[in-house]
Amino acid sequence: MINIEDLTIEKISEGFRKKDFSATDITKAYLERVKKYDKEINSFITVCDDLALKEAEKRDKLISQNDFSLPLLGIPVGLKDLYLTKGIKTTAASKVLDNHIGQYDATAVERLKNAGAIILGKTNCDAWAHGSSGENSDFGPTRNPWNKEYIPGGSSSGSAACVTSGFAAFSTGTDTGSSILLPASFTNIVGLKPTYGLVSRYGIIAMASSLDSIGHFTKTVKDSALILNITAGIDGHDATLVEKREKDYSQGIEKGVKGLKIGIPKEYVEKGLDPQIHRTFKQSVEIFKKLGAQIKEVSLPHTEYAIAAYYIIQPSEVSSNLARYDGVRYGNPRDYFGDEAKRRILIGTFTLSAGYYDAYYKKAMQVRTLIKEDFEKVFESVNVLLTPVSPTPPWKLGEKVNDPLKMYLSDILTVSTNLSGIPGLAMPAGFTSNNLPIGIQLLGPHFSEKILFRAGFAFEQETKLFEKTPKL
Amino acid sequence: MKIDIRHTAKLANLPLKKEEEEKFTDQLSTILDYIKKLEEVDTKNVEPTSQVTGLVNITRNDDETLPSLSQDEALSNSKSHHNGLFKVKAILEND
Repeated sequence: MINIEDLTIEKISEGFRKKDFSATDITKAYLERVKKYDKEINSFITVCDDLALKEAEKRDKLISQNDFSLPLLGIPVGLKDLYLTKGIKTTAASKVLDNHIGQYDATAVERLKNAGAIILGKTNCDAWAHGSSGENSDFGPTRNPWNKEYIPGGSSSGSAACVTSGFAAFSTGTDTGSSILLPASFTNIVGLKPTYGLVSRYGIIAMASSLDSIGHFTKTVKDSALILNITAGIDGHDATLVEKREKDYSQGIEKGVKGLKIGIPKEYVEKGLDPQIHRTFKQSVEIFKKLGAQIKEVSLPHTEYAIAAYYIIQPSEVSSNLARYDGVRYGNPRDYFGDEAKRRILIGTFTLSAGYYDAYYKKAMQVRTLIKEDFEKVFESVNVLLTPVSPTPPWKLGEKVNDPLKMYLSDILTVSTNLSGIPGLAMPAGFTSNNLPIGIQLLGPHFSEKILFRAGFAFEQETKLFEKTPKL
Repeated sequence: MKIDIRHTAKLANLPLKKEEEEKFTDQLSTILDYIKKLEEVDTKNVEPTSQVTGLVNITRNDDETLPSLSQDEALSNSKSHHNGLFKVKAILEND
């Protein structure tokens, strides 16, 4: 009997080498859990049982030959249903694409497959990745495995829920304004939003092209580094990629934080935080201090304008990217769009329309410059920033669905990361009094993922919160 | 701020029901009022940012023809095709 929900990628790989279990054993164990528990949680839109078991058999052949050259040999993954998968349904969690079969693999999918990973299925999310709670999915909301009356965070809701539930060893996500960092922090797992232009967007359904970042969820920081080793780097298909990847993101991860300068942006912690979030954050700062980091208060003065700028830039780009869904080349006609997509198409069309462009879009792009410069200035004096991810713990299903602006404001501590293109690593930091996860995030300059992993690893080794799993 | 919802929906090629028009008009004006916050920021002489990592003039390496989707594959997700071609609504009318 394998306690699959306790296993990390590292441990599964180790088990294969020791012949403790086979890739088929592992794949079956995950699929059984999905079958048993996912009806209630709804983290998957499509489960690929047969395909996964067939692939597992192939991996077992390599294991029996003691060929462990593939870095993710036999590691099962859940893919956000925005990632195109050849021959497997890809819906973007929207009825517009309810029968859409991928004609090719996204770069990230191809790389994960070539590295030996096994696709277990496609995970639920807010339709088109529009949302902070997962409730905008046309395939029903995903529930938080820690308490099923609560949302798991979005938009990568199913990807986060499936990793914390022990339905897959890791999962992929996309982050345009909070969609990886927020759900990671609401489910006690590690989420990486890489630097804009580090991981290819090719074959991933576009939301807002100047903001979209392609990342993933894992139980541990080291696992997160191992996945980035596979996905990062230019592919000849996405012109925004920059050849600045590190050779090995896990190398030197155990070096610790002694002497590392960590900034605490006062605008992120001074007001508006739930007391439990505030308390947990302060405790996290103390832990970093104890580990030898230097803590310094810093200022990001334009923080309060981030949501307003984001809610012009993002819907503008959404309206443009969703224009292609006209029912001709793919999918159903445009009246199949759900409310949130319609709202964003309308806002974006309006802010880009004649007479309004300068007042809205151009103005927002200028404010974006100021937000980006705030970070550049701060990173002259500190190595990384430490902040809460969400001002509140997870909320109850239905709580914000009738108030779009309230929902948008949930992203107040995460959208600046996308506006400036910097990387963020969200990780477990504690729990509320009613056992709901609370996270923290580490932010760094462009292409500083290695330092984020190093700092995150030190914190994780001290707290070991990843060992806690929800009772399903 | 109130938006001309019919005009905007027409620009977006987005069919809306009557009750949607009303609902979205209200919701969007709340959002646009919030966005007004940006007027407080002095952006005189600030350059807009559209590309965050500073890339300029990125072109393809070469113009080599590579294998791509077959005609059948390209059409496989379309409900609107005819004789191996995508079928779209007429833009120009015949006399």
